[in-house]
Amino acid sequence: MEHIELFFKSIFIDNMVFATFLGMCSYLAVSKKVSTAVGLGAAVIFVLAITVPLNWLLDQYLLQPGALSWLGEEYADYDLSFLSFIMFIATIATMVQLVEIVVEKFSPSLYNSLGIFLPLIAVNCAILGGSLFMQSREIATLGLATTYGVGSGIGWFLAILAIAAIREKIRYSNVPPALRGLGITFIITGLMAIGFMSFGGMLTGGDDEVKKEDTTAQVEAAKKIEETKALADNTIKVIE
Amino acid sequence: MGLISKKDAKLITDPLADNNPITIQVLGICSALAITAELKASIVMAVSVLFVLGIGNVVISLMRNIIPSKIRIIVQLVVVAALVIIVDQVLKAFAYELSKTLSVFVGLIITNCIIMGRFEAFALANKPWQSFLDGIGNAAGYGLILIIVGFFRELLGSGTLLGFKVLGDPIEKTGLYAIGYENNGFMLLSPMALIVVGIIIWIQRSRNKALIED
Repeated sequence: MEHIELFFKSIFIDNMVFATFLGMCSYLAVSKKVSTAVGLGAAVIFVLAITVPLNWLLDQYLLQPGALSWLGEEYADYDLSFLSFIMFIATIATMVQLVEIVVEKFSPSLYNSLGIFLPLIAVNCAILGGSLFMQSREIATLGLATTYGVGSGIGWFLAILAIAAIREKIRYSNVPPALRGLGITFIITGLMAIGFMSFGGMLTGGDDEVKKEDTTAQVEAAKKIEETKALADNTIKVIE
Repeated sequence: MGLISKKDAKLITDPLADNNPITIQVLGICSALAITAELKASIVMAVSVLFVLGIGNVVISLMRNIIPSKIRIIVQLVVVAALVIIVDQVLKAFAYELSKTLSVFVGLIITNCIIMGRFEAFALANKPWQSFLDGIGNAAGYGLILIIVGFFRELLGSGTLLGFKVLGDPIEKTGLYAIGYENNGFMLLSPMALIVVGIIIWIQRSRNKALIED
């Protein structure tokens, strides 16, 4: 249940692009055609799914205050968290390089479709952002970290797919010349972000509604009591 | 003007308008949008980027002849990460509240495409002094947009500037609020940052027809 909740939360509510604006640069630059957008989106899911759990391990056993206690008592109060930026980005850069080599070796066709995008990904803020948010939100287990990585990747994928599809269609529309290209993309993304905000109540909304029902039920009950009282009064009057 | 020739001055002034990193080069959008709900955060972010890009460009430019081109991305990332750690630690020490507001976005300066973009496009091929000017110019262009967006979002969203109630007090109904003015809370939400930048791009391109895309 925890996994499903985090999964949907990272796709829709905390969507990388629409809620936190991560990976906007490649989102704007590579969204002119649906096919390239799909390629980059797939690569982002892939890399996020690998790097977030890896960085979770790093954070847990190396960087957090007291994380080094597995080395012995005297290391227990070391706090290396100021090194997290450099460690995370090094992990990401090496992983991207490794993934590139492995994919090239074992699946040339996948390499050809992802190839150009993989080096781009090392500097995509969505990837580093995934790891940093994982750290600041204190995700508890390795499994949850993986879920979070995959979920945010899928969220990013959906966003770039949607904007690419819209940009392909908008070529046939009559946009004011000065807004063409970048300007209109910004405004559409803004509107899409407003749309995505409606997902905000998806997980918390349930609780609120229950409370509302409670209050309405109470109000109704109170009304009924009053009505019955009034009825009783009336009947008493009639009897008199 | 002994140190700065005409050509060098252009390195600083170009990115402010006609070659602005955000509206024309489309670099460094992420942080520009996420932290502009308050003017103060925008200014701090602009200054941080100015520091990182100015120094980083000089460092990369000094090392440009000894960096093997195959691993240059990792070298660049390490230089930026080291500079960003300095910024982060300084912010945590002297402006703790603010560093909480900026949260992960200080760390994300590392992957701010402006920085990598300027390293790749300029610092790797130019002398340290020119690289420094280019870094300062681009960071200033970036900061300019950040401050404009932050100004409008804070003014229209919460009626304050840098925390001062410039439009009067909404609760005691003074100033503009006395005649029925209301804050537009929508401006504080993240989607409006995108729309504000979109409008800035619109205005800039209608003033300078050469920038219009086809």
